Order: sequence, then C-alpha cells, then structure tokens
Amino acid sequence: MAKMILTGNESAAWGARLSKPKVVAAYPITPQTSIIEKIAEFIANGEMDARYIRVESEHSAMAACIAAENTGVRTFTATSAHGLTLMHEMLIWASGARLPIVMSVVNRAMAPPWSVWTDQLDSVAQRDTGWMQIYSENNQEVLDSIIMAYRVGEKHNILLPTMIMEDAFILSHTAEAVDVPEQKLVDDFVGEFEPAFKLDPQDPGGFGSLIMPEGPYMEFRYKMALAMDEARKEIRKVTEEFAEVFGRKYPGLVEEYRTEDADAIMVVMGTIASTAKDVIDALREKGKKVGLARIRYFRPFPYEELREIVKKADMLGIVDRSYTFGYGAALYTETKGALYGHTDKPIKNYVVGLGGRDITPDVLVKIFDNMLKIAKDGVVDREIEWVGLHGDERWS
Amino acid sequence: MRHLPIPEEEYMLPGHTACLGCGATLVMRYLLKALGKNTILSIPACCWAVIPGVYPRRALEVPLLYTAFEVTGAAISGIKEALNAMGKEDVNVVGFAGDGGTADIGIQALSGAVERGHDVFYIMYDNEAYMNTGIQRSGSTPMGAWTTTTPGGKKRMYKWEPKKNMAEIMVAHKIPYVATATIAYPEDFIKKLKKAKEIKGPKFFQVFSPCPTGWRVPPNKSVEVSKMAVLSKAFPLYEVEHGKYRITVKPKKFVPMKDYLKMQGRFRHLTEEEIERIQEEVDRNWEELLLKEKITQGETHEI
Ligand SMILES: Cc1ncc(C[n+]2csc(CCOP(=O)(O)OP(=O)(O)O)c2C)c(N)n1
Ligand code: SF4
Repeated sequence: MAKMILTGNESAAWGARLSKPKVVAAYPITPQTSIIEKIAEFIANGEMDARYIRVESEHSAMAACIAAENTGVRTFTATSAHGLTLMHEMLIWASGARLPIVMSVVNRAMAPPWSVWTDQLDSVAQRDTGWMQIYSENNQEVLDSIIMAYRVGEKHNILLPTMIMEDAFILSHTAEAVDVPEQKLVDDFVGEFEPAFKLDPQDPGGFGSLIMPEGPYMEFRYKMALAMDEARKEIRKVTEEFAEVFGRKYPGLVEEYRTEDADAIMVVMGTIASTAKDVIDALREKGKKVGLARIRYFRPFPYEELREIVKKADMLGIVDRSYTFGYGAALYTETKGALYGHTDKPIKNYVVGLGGRDITPDVLVKIFDNMLKIAKDGVVDREIEWVGLHGDERWS
Repeated sequence: MRHLPIPEEEYMLPGHTACLGCGATLVMRYLLKALGKNTILSIPACCWAVIPGVYPRRALEVPLLYTAFEVTGAAISGIKEALNAMGKEDVNVVGFAGDGGTADIGIQALSGAVERGHDVFYIMYDNEAYMNTGIQRSGSTPMGAWTTTTPGGKKRMYKWEPKKNMAEIMVAHKIPYVATATIAYPEDFIKKLKKAKEIKGPKFFQVFSPCPTGWRVPPNKSVEVSKMAVLSKAFPLYEVEHGKYRITVKPKKFVPMKDYLKMQGRFRHLTEEEIERIQEEVDRNWEELLLKEKITQGETHEI
C-alpha cells in the first residue's frame, strides 16, 4: 500500500487502473477531464494495459463500452453533467443488456446558465436507468468504491452497471491523502472478468433483438429488479470483505453519524456530509442532539436502513443538492416514499447548494436549528424550503 | 458459361421477416457469403433490426449485437477493440445500418469511428428513406422522391434536395477503402468485399438496396430496379482504394433516367421538366466521377 496525495479525479483514475479494465472509452468534459487524462498517461506509460477509444461523444463512449463489454472484456468510462445526460439512452441500454460497466461521474450543474460547479441533478436524473449509484464523501471512497463496484456488479446474480459520483471540484480537484492499495490485493479481490455471455463467432448468439409483448420483456425487467434487490445484500457483504482485505470499513448503503439518541437527523448525499459532521460535533457540545445519515447508495435505495434510522429521532431533515421540478427533490421524495406507513414523524426537504453555491457550516447550523424546532413542535413549518436564496432573510 | 465467384455457404437462414423482394436481405446474404463465419455483426434500429426475426428466433448464423439507432460506429469500435484486447484480431467486425442510421443520425459516430481508423467494415444498405418507421425522408433520399414526410400535396412538397453523398463523405475521411455496390451485381459486391477483407483499417460500403414497399415497385422487380439504377447513372458502381477511384461497372450504353424513374411509384408525379433536371444532375455526377477516376489513376495530368 502506498499513501499518495491525490485529487478525487486522480483517485478515480487509480481506481480504474487497479481494476484493470481492458477497454476505456471516454470523452472530455470539465470537471471530469483529469480522470481521462490521467488514464491516458497510465496507458501511454505502459502502467495500464487497456485499449483507449477516444470517442467523439459521451453517447458513443457508453455505446463503445456496451459493445466492448458485450464482447467479453471489463470496461471503464467517466463523465459529468452534459456528458452524462447525453448518455441517457445508452445508460438504459447498458443495464438492460446486463453489462456491469463502471463509470466515474463528477457531479456538475446542468446548463442553462452554464455552470461547471457541483450539483447532483445530472446523476439524480439517471436514477431510473437501472444503474447502481454511489455518492462519495472523500477521495479514498472514490477509489475504493470503483474497486467494490466491479466486484459487486460482475457477480452473475447481479450483472448491473455502477456509477460512482464525486462532487465537482470539492472532490474532483481537491487533493488529500489516499491509500492506494497494492495491485496484487486488488487483483485477488476483483478477480478476472468472467462474462456471463459474449459475442463469439464460435457460439453465435444475438443480443437485444426485437421482442413482442407476449415475449419475456417484462420478465427481463423483473430479473433486473430482483438483481437490484440482490445487490443490496451483496453490497453489504462486499464492504465487509473489503474491510478485511484492505482495512477500511465502509458502512454498506448508509453511513450513520451520531444518530443514537438524536432529536433530529439530517439525510444527505456527497460531500455535504463532511461539513455536517463537523457541525454536528460542535452542536452536540452545546447539547443539541443532532445526527447524520449519509446515503452512499442512492440505487439500490436503502429503504430498510432509513426505516431504522427514522426510529432514532423525532424528525428527519432531507438535504438535497438538486431539485426535481414539480414536487420536492429526489432524496426527499424517495425517503418519504420509503417511510410511508412506517412513521408519522415530520420530514422536511431543504434544497441547498445548487450550481455549486457554497454550503457553509453556518448554513448547516441554521438548518439544524430549524430541524430541532420542528422536532420539538412536531409540525413542519414549510414542507420544502430552498435555503440561501439571494435576499431571503431566513437564512442570511 | 462464366463461373460466378459467389460462395455457396449460407449464413443467412430461411425464415427472415422482411417484405417480399426486399433488396436489403440480399445485401446481408452476399455480405456473409463473402466474409464467412468468423464475423461479428452490429445492427442498429432499422428494417434489419426486425428482419432477423422476433426473439428467440434469428435468421443469422453469426453473432449479432443489436444497438441503438445512432451508435453503429461506436459499437463496432468497441467490439473491435475488445477483440484486440483479447488477442482475437482476425474476426471481421461489421456494422450494418440503413441510410438513416448512417447518413443522418449515425453520421457522427461513424465519422468518429472511421477517423480513429478501427479495422472494421461498415455496410450502409441504402434504401433511400427511413423504411422501418414507414418511408420517411432521409438525407439519402434522392431528388424528386415521394416519402410520407415529403408527401407532395398541393405544394408539391417532395424531396427536392440532392441525395447526400455518403461514399464521398467517407472518401473525405481518407480511409483505405470505400465502395458502392448493389444487389443486381453480386459478383462486383463480393469481389469488393473480398478485396476489402485484405485491407486493414476502416472499410465503408454504400450498397443500393431496392425497397419494393417504400419505392412502390412490385417485389419481383427489385433486382431490375437495382440494375437500372446502375445503367441510368443514378447509382454508379465504383471503389476508392487509398484515394484511387475505379469505376467497376461502366455501362456501354446508358438508359435514360426517365426509364429508371418510371419503374417506381415514388417518382410517378415527376414532370418532364423535373425529370430533365434529375437527368442533368446524374450526368454531372457521372462526369465528375470519370474525372476523379482519371485524376487519381494518374491517366491525365493536363487539368
Ligand atoms: C434515437 C432514435 N430515434 C428514432 C428512432 C426510430 N427509428 C427506428 S428505425 C428508424 C428509421 C431507420 O431508417 P434507416 O436507417 O434508413 O433504415 P431502414 O429502416 O430504412 O432500413 C427510425 C427513425 C429510434 N429507434 N431511435
Ligand atoms: S420496408 Fe423495404 S427495406 Fe424494409 S423490409 Fe420491407 S422491403 Fe425491406
């Protein structure tokens, strides 16, 4: 094991390198570019043995990964925002074809107006594509999650692709100390790619043909649903095994921080968690009983964990760094859906940090105070609240 | 009698679901005869996504990756590079797409793929419209044609723009081999395929594929229409090998465009004047082609 000072993007490139994909197809977009530049460097220096397809678009990047993986090799790609949304059609294709492709995604705001800063709508909008989704809190998690994603996805009872998110700049371009595991350990942990099926002239099969309503289309989709459910168990198992081999323990689908005896628990995805943990420590010192649930896996959605977590507090504050126009942000509506019939406790949605707006400890302190008031009163003041809008005195 | 160089092996089985007289089925049949068993196909949305049959049936004896409409170029890039990574360089990787999937929505992925120089075949079967969705205009629809999105009407809204020239667009990419072909000249098509098989790099074929359903032609006339297209200069047969043009079928006597157009319901509305304009267009294209052949074959220097 080597300690290196790596940005989130370098960590992603290292995660890919260690997992030994045979084909990488990618297209540049800020702030993902340094991932694919680093991979190009690895390949150019003979440190990574992969065919690198410099496609002419992200749509083609995903199409090429699909075709390569269906031919029988492990693949990797990386993208962000407009690249990810351009891929949408092929994301559904990849999961429908049951190809465990792994992709790094740097969460960036969607235009207009143009913004390269962080915002999670790009990947949240892909929640229905049949991909597993991991939201990382730090660079170590970015690297480790890639390794675990191959291991989970490639299991023949799973066969689903995974995207691993990093918040733009906050992780992608910020360096921290990262343990880069030994290649041998990763080789043993991830194993050789064993395709469940492949394009082979010796055994000619067809993949993705026309199917009639009376054909097994619905059964194929049902099997995907079962695989997603199965993945929940596999993720918990693989994170334990990972801890044994690499000495780093990840909390399965949801990380809890000081949730015991909490009055109010904040639910978040991504790097907001780090700031929130500091804020929680400070508030706890003042006797304010607050805690955090960090959703690592948004897909499969950790509904079981959330049903346990809600028992521990008097209210949940769901903090989203994206918005789903029409009604509430995604983490909020999904959490509420998961808890329906399991709790009467108040749940409120806080919409924060869109387009990379800074989420400072001050902002989080104010949100926690509002959460504690709701916990005490037992009523939600506003169901959905945008925090930190210009001119809004409640939060300034 | 002259021996036809058409291999006897069949990799396309009976039971496909194309319309009667579909030219595109013959394109596939000859293609596989020429390339043989060691071939992987990728087909996007198009008539040929349906023709192999409904799951679990498949009238093809080679592995087949169905893909999204616009990604054939990217898909064959991925297949080829995966095979290279596995040390299986000898497999023929073939993208097989319609004119819409090639000249319109798929042109970006195709351009990227051939520019990157992957060692692949790309076969555009050109039935001159979006047939799978019911005969809509594509960039490859010829001048004057009726389609369901150029239905004529009081305003005579037909396709008046010239047919996009995909073969020339591929030549402009400086790829090692570009050819046109059609089903009425199977020996010519197969010869070109066999030659292409020996060439490393991207190989592009534009194959004229009569579509009785969309062209309003009786099913038993497909081959004849195909032949008339060549004899009338509507669709010249040539190849461009490393930039050198060679016209492979030079008719001794041309037939007037009028005779070719008259065979097809999609052109029935054309006036004498319009036919004359189309005749001028194909004449000009033919002259241009002759000139390109001359220049690139080095037969003439005094331009
Ligand atoms: C992104 C996308 N847009 C539209 C379609 C609908 N569609 C399927 S096949 C087709 C036309 C295919 O035309 P062409 O490529 O010329 O092949 P042909 O059907 O004529 O053989 C269209 C428009 C699609 N499948 N995907
Ligand atoms: S519509 Fe035309 S191209 Fe399509 S199957 Fe029928 S004849 Fe063939």
